[in-house]
Amino acid sequence: MSESSQRKIRCLVAKVGLDGHDRGAHVIARAFRDAGFEVIYSGLHQSPDDIVQAAVQEDVDVLGISILSGAHNTLVPKVVEGLKEYGAFEDTLILVGGIIPDDDRPELEDAGVDAIFGPGTPMEETIQFIRENTPER
Amino acid sequence: MSDTPELVSDLLDGQHRALARAITNIENRTEGYRDLVAALHEHTGHADVIGITGSPGAGKSTLVDKLAKSYRDQGLTVGIIAVDPSSPFSGGAVLGDRIRMGSNVGDMDVFFRSMSARGNLGGLSTATSDAVKALDAFGKDKIIIETVGAGQNEIDIVKTADTVAVLVPPSSGDDVQMLKAGILEIGDVFVVNKADLAGADKTFQELRGMLELRDDEEGDWEPEIVETVANTGEGVDELIDVFQSHADWLDETGAREDVERDRYAEEIRTLLRNDASALVEDEIERRGGMDDLVSRVVERETDPYTVADDVLEPLRDCLDE
Repeated sequence: MSESSQRKIRCLVAKVGLDGHDRGAHVIARAFRDAGFEVIYSGLHQSPDDIVQAAVQEDVDVLGISILSGAHNTLVPKVVEGLKEYGAFEDTLILVGGIIPDDDRPELEDAGVDAIFGPGTPMEETIQFIRENTPER
Repeated sequence: MSDTPELVSDLLDGQHRALARAITNIENRTEGYRDLVAALHEHTGHADVIGITGSPGAGKSTLVDKLAKSYRDQGLTVGIIAVDPSSPFSGGAVLGDRIRMGSNVGDMDVFFRSMSARGNLGGLSTATSDAVKALDAFGKDKIIIETVGAGQNEIDIVKTADTVAVLVPPSSGDDVQMLKAGILEIGDVFVVNKADLAGADKTFQELRGMLELRDDEEGDWEPEIVETVANTGEGVDELIDVFQSHADWLDETGAREDVERDRYAEEIRTLLRNDASALVEDEIERRGGMDDLVSRVVERETDPYTVADDVLEPLRDCLDE
């Protein structure tokens, strides 16, 4: 990165699938903004393909997927597959937030998720993780 | 993907990822972005660039969504840049225009990009016009720019778009609001959106009254007013027809060429100003930095005019040769 470069961390906060609870996503979006990130919010009820389209076009550094419906094992791998198709998987940090049972974590991590943040995670922890792990480009 | 020539060829080759990365590099002023924009230039000049501006909540995003859908139905490809404000405190931003793009999700031939204004106050980001070039070179037929929602001073859009539409929601204040400088002068098309709401007719009439008073010369484009309901798509086809007649007018009268020449002149001047001032900053550093110069002025050893003359002397010498 050159000295004059003015890089901002861009994040897509995505709601995928049928769950309609986005208070958490709103709080996250706002906290990210206050941390100086540029946040794109997907809106509710997006399909995995919609999320992939948004992540690719917006060229985000971080994709945060919020799922409270329990369908994470189905939806998240589809998003990852889509990102790979466009060559966007390697340099995108993928986070999952929401209710994820411990038993499901290894599977998601194998699928390519970089971190999972459950309820009660301090906002600062998530932001710190992003700052430290956003891939160099 | 940071290799510029490869990025350019991938972009021209139609790879969405390359287009997205090109815009990121332009926004971030990443090393090599100037070469990138320079290389794209010869491939530009084919797209119609339409600007949409208006107050927050006027329905810009929803209208843009419906416009994109209609263009797609005609078999045209669309690029969209939607600019939202950045926080003056953290520099961060929540870019929320994408939520309204319900008619086009999943359609990769609508390339939608959210952009933060990054502190710029004219309604666009400084990177917007270069990002438009990337979309143009990519081969988009129509490029729509949605400005920050404000509406009394967002005149940057005129410098970037061929056709500017100003959205005026019903009951958005009396005609004195419209008298204020800015908005009335920049619109080629005025859109009374939410035309199904009470007060739409009155707004339409007031707008017409104001536009009749506009100080137009013979042969100027006469601004049109269109009523739309962006939610339902009502009036959108008519609006597209008006955009087309404005584009035809630009071509037939030669105005497009004039606008283009003015635009490039302005762009060259801006670049020169920025580059020249960077050179001057370097020269100031070489002379011990601004603090040092200021101290000498404060101590009355010298004065600001003499300092300016001294700093510019080497430049002036070069030019004289």
